[in-house]
Amino acid sequence: MEHAEAEQRDLSGQFQARCIDLVKPLIRSLTGIGLALVVFGILLGITSRNPIRIYANLFSYTFGSTAGLSEVGVLMIPFLLTGLAAAIPARVGLINVGGQGQLYLGAWAATGVALYSNIDSIWLMLPAMAIAGSVGGTLWAAIPTCLRQWRDVNEVISTLLLNFVAGLFVNIFVFGPWKSSGSYGYPYTPNFSAAAILPSIGSTRLHWGFIVPLLAVTACYFVFGRTTWGYNMRAVGGNVNASVRRGIPVTRYIVVAMLSGGAIAGLAGMIEVAGIHRHLRPDINLQFGTMGFLASWLAGHDPVVLLGTTFLLSSIMVGGDLLQISANFPSAGIYILIGLVFFCVLGFRRLRDAAK
Amino acid sequence: MTTLQATFKKISTAFYKASDAPSNTIAKEPGDTGIAPENTNLTMGQSEPLLALRGITKEFPGVVANDHINLDIFAGEIHVILGENGAGKSTLMKIVYGFYQPDSGKMSIQGEEATIRSPKDSRQIGIGMVFQNFSLIPAMTVAENIALFLPNQPVFLNRRTLSGQISEVAEKFRLHINPEARLGELSMGDRQKVELIKLLLCHARVLIFDEPTSILAPHEVERLFSVFDELRKEGYAILFITHKLQEALSVAHRVTVLRHGKVITTVPRAEVDGRSLVSLMLGVEITEEAENTPVEQNPLNPVVLEFRNVFTSSISDSHGLDDVSLSIQSGEILGVAGVSGNGQQQLGEVLLGLHCKSQGNIRLFGNDLDHWSVSRILQSGVSYIPEDILGMGVVPQMRVCENLVLGEIDKFGSGGTWINWGEVKAQLDQVLNTFPLPLAGHDARTDSLSGGNIQRLVVARELICNPKLLIAYYPTRGLDVMTAEKTRKLLLDCRAKGGAILLISEDLDELLALSNRIVVMYQGKIVHEFGYCNASAYDIGLAMTGHR
Amino acid sequence: MNSLWLIILTGALTGAMGPGIPVLYATYGELLVERAGLINLGTEGSMLMGACFGFIATVETDNVAIGILAGSLAGALLSLIYAYLVIKRHTNQLATGFTLALFGAGITAYAGKGFVGSRIEGINPVAIPLLADIPLFGRAFFQQDILTYVAYIMGPLLWAFLHYTRPGLSLRAVGEQADIAFAGGRNPAAWQFGAIIAGGMLAGMGGAELSLGLTHCWIEGMTAGRGFIAVALVIFSMWSPLRAMVGAFLFGGAIGFQLQLQSIGAPISPFVLDMFPYVITLFVLTFWTGIALRAMPEGLKEVLKMNA
Repeated sequence: MEHAEAEQRDLSGQFQARCIDLVKPLIRSLTGIGLALVVFGILLGITSRNPIRIYANLFSYTFGSTAGLSEVGVLMIPFLLTGLAAAIPARVGLINVGGQGQLYLGAWAATGVALYSNIDSIWLMLPAMAIAGSVGGTLWAAIPTCLRQWRDVNEVISTLLLNFVAGLFVNIFVFGPWKSSGSYGYPYTPNFSAAAILPSIGSTRLHWGFIVPLLAVTACYFVFGRTTWGYNMRAVGGNVNASVRRGIPVTRYIVVAMLSGGAIAGLAGMIEVAGIHRHLRPDINLQFGTMGFLASWLAGHDPVVLLGTTFLLSSIMVGGDLLQISANFPSAGIYILIGLVFFCVLGFRRLRDAAK
Repeated sequence: MTTLQATFKKISTAFYKASDAPSNTIAKEPGDTGIAPENTNLTMGQSEPLLALRGITKEFPGVVANDHINLDIFAGEIHVILGENGAGKSTLMKIVYGFYQPDSGKMSIQGEEATIRSPKDSRQIGIGMVFQNFSLIPAMTVAENIALFLPNQPVFLNRRTLSGQISEVAEKFRLHINPEARLGELSMGDRQKVELIKLLLCHARVLIFDEPTSILAPHEVERLFSVFDELRKEGYAILFITHKLQEALSVAHRVTVLRHGKVITTVPRAEVDGRSLVSLMLGVEITEEAENTPVEQNPLNPVVLEFRNVFTSSISDSHGLDDVSLSIQSGEILGVAGVSGNGQQQLGEVLLGLHCKSQGNIRLFGNDLDHWSVSRILQSGVSYIPEDILGMGVVPQMRVCENLVLGEIDKFGSGGTWINWGEVKAQLDQVLNTFPLPLAGHDARTDSLSGGNIQRLVVARELICNPKLLIAYYPTRGLDVMTAEKTRKLLLDCRAKGGAILLISEDLDELLALSNRIVVMYQGKIVHEFGYCNASAYDIGLAMTGHR
Repeated sequence: MNSLWLIILTGALTGAMGPGIPVLYATYGELLVERAGLINLGTEGSMLMGACFGFIATVETDNVAIGILAGSLAGALLSLIYAYLVIKRHTNQLATGFTLALFGAGITAYAGKGFVGSRIEGINPVAIPLLADIPLFGRAFFQQDILTYVAYIMGPLLWAFLHYTRPGLSLRAVGEQADIAFAGGRNPAAWQFGAIIAGGMLAGMGGAELSLGLTHCWIEGMTAGRGFIAVALVIFSMWSPLRAMVGAFLFGGAIGFQLQLQSIGAPISPFVLDMFPYVITLFVLTFWTGIALRAMPEGLKEVLKMNA
């Protein structure tokens, strides 16, 4: 009897300790975010805008209205996908900052299919575009992977450089053979046919593509946490030398992880052109790859926490759009708040965590 | 390659070599006689030692590293500190150099007491030390490396003066080196010269060398010793730490033997020989033949592992294999003795296919091992306890249960893609039920465990599958006495079940107690093989240190 | 046909140094940072800060010198944030750098909003007598503005600094093996701090040159990735200031060449040439892996996890 009671006490003690472990970093992060908001509010105040009123408007719009929430959703889609594009390779110890470029290539490939394949049925066209998008992103990720495995070229540098090459590559087509007549100053391709468009939900801009990142996150959650693959990936990322010596096929895991990241980012590209823009523009979603990468870092590359960090970032971005319309605030200005949030959250992490 | 490609390649390579500041030509060695210096009988005319240690004591948790050490070093002598691994030599030198503070004791330089609180202090009073891993930056040149440590350098480095200074010292002591050579391209022997020149230019008077010959080829060793001779003639005091008595015998004027942290004796070279030194190093107790558990060897047992004339290149500080041939039968333990770094690491690496052999043949259960993946080798019944447990054996961030199934997760649980850790843990519990060593709880993070705990984890993992061949590197390292005994018993059990074990260890008692046969590795070669009957600690000790 | 190519070449050369100078400054700055063993992707942000605040200062004070100073300070202030986060709080260098690039974009968009459309005198080209009269090359190299001339000198100066001075040696030692530099009596954190601030200042100067010297205006986001090109050029130059000059010249030349091609109606898309800096850096890394690895500061290899 005593023994059981002692056990009970110990269990509840363990449970408490676990709760504290989860809650502490959350509180620290929230404090960081709060601090960032305060600083940003001060900045707004300096330039004779009323921060309290602005924040009130932002919160009510972003979290309180269908329009606002749907806009947050619209942004979360690509952020989640490019975030996973960084998180999956991170699990095997690779750093993929090339989500941006892989997204572009996916968008390009999907656009190619949309413009030239003459498919009428939406049920054929969209999957075709999706496949094209994934393949485009995969191929773009294959370049740094090959360079790494054959010539030891560091993947941080190669993926970073290829981001820019991808943007220019897309521009070649958008300014050149794919330019639609009538679009001068800021060219774009002809609009997609109805078959190539992801239908919206209700009157919002949110489209059915949102299913994809949700499925992807769920899949990653299960693969990472419950399967042998996820376990082996963690081993490879944790200690390559030990993994090799225990017979884990390290090269295979590394290659598959990188290519998967590329595929997902490519899919994000397809979703953006099919769901939001309905055509291909130069430098679409300029910073989405970077934001996804940052969201993943902030989340410690955990797919579930990624939901939280992308929600945070998307909300801020939507707030920025609102500020632009209502308070004559430059659209890029919202990056100030994003920067502040990152500084405060990254900088507050206990040094013990950082030193790991 | 077309001429265009060739030209392009030439231009571009030139482009990249052109604007680097120094050129990199390697120094040419003039003909060196390579004769070891004669041992002159040194008459110690001085009354005052250059460096005197009195009562130096240093304790670490659980072990007394230095126990009231008294030592006198005179200018103009080569003084060798001899002792087994763990005798306390390195600790003592680090105290002299200022890395550690002694718990008690005094040091004095030329009669004056010296307080040394950091390496800077010891450098200032003229003590210089050359470590086993050099304080050198491979990407920079010799001159730059030296300039980094020289005090009182002007803001605008005068490369020419520096080169001149370096060449002057180098010429004086026949340390031929090109000051503009890039350090990364120099051999270990040349890098050591750079360290020495660094010390000399910093006005060191007591020069301490920690195992300087472990990374040198035989001819470089002789050259080093002739340099020592030149130095001591100029009045420097040379303190030279080693476990190789061959070297002690060839170059020392006086020898101090350390064992278990104590100074056993300090004797002039003339009064000792190889045998007496070995007995001093290992302890007089081991004069009789070690007790060997009687083992019956059936010569008809199948050969499990065979190396035939295997050659490999060397990796960084470890010798490659030099014409190694050995074989192990099932139900046999083959002990490999030798100081680490003499090629033992390569045995396991080349067997698993992690390192390529340039020549020779390896057969496992009769099969040629070319193109076998690591996984295939392990599946065929091979287990492997690596020499660097944390770096090569476990994933530090993972939990104990996760590390126990590393690489074999598909054999646990229901065997499919999905992992049910509850099932896995239950299966582990079942298998480990009869395992005699205490293991940490399944959910503990491996990097929070003590070294001994991690070692036990790996031993458990490698032994519970009843391997047909076990490659075990230092299996009892970091374990307390009782656990070590139990581990050895496990090894014997494995043998009794028909397993073959390649046991690499630095513990001679362990090797003698467990092995059927012992081979000794020295500089990549197997220099001697001892059968069960004619193995003695002496002879093994001599062979390990290159003495013939 | 020959004369056509001559025209193109001269045009390219004339255009060559100009567009390359802002990137060259940023490359100098990032080169110092990477020599100290760090990688600052926020260089783009520092350039923007320099361009924006340099422009604002010039508009407000009508003094170009103050503008250049303000630009450098602004760039340094941004990199100060990087220095604090990375050195004191041990945050991840890549993530922090990216964030700073975004942050810089945000701040300059906000601060510069009121100044879009302003026009200034700015820095104008000053011909160097005699040298400017050399046929073909004279105009291209010696009829440029003051910051360009400073950039010419800075290359060899930085090279001499790194290889012939004690502080340069210390910086390189910190970037290679910080613990050995420490054993030799240096404070690695202090050196890294200094390198980052210097890097930010130089990037800021590059940005100032862009808005004051080249375009004489301010547009939001006007650096358009030049800061990242600078990071690429540092690698292409294998961490040597002299080779960086060549790289910046090639970059400028590529733009000039592209403009020339466009003006004669050549059918190559201008974006192909824009890819040039990135592609050639990748090319170099792939085929000169050995040399690249040799030249890369060891500290940087650890950041990029190349030691697995």
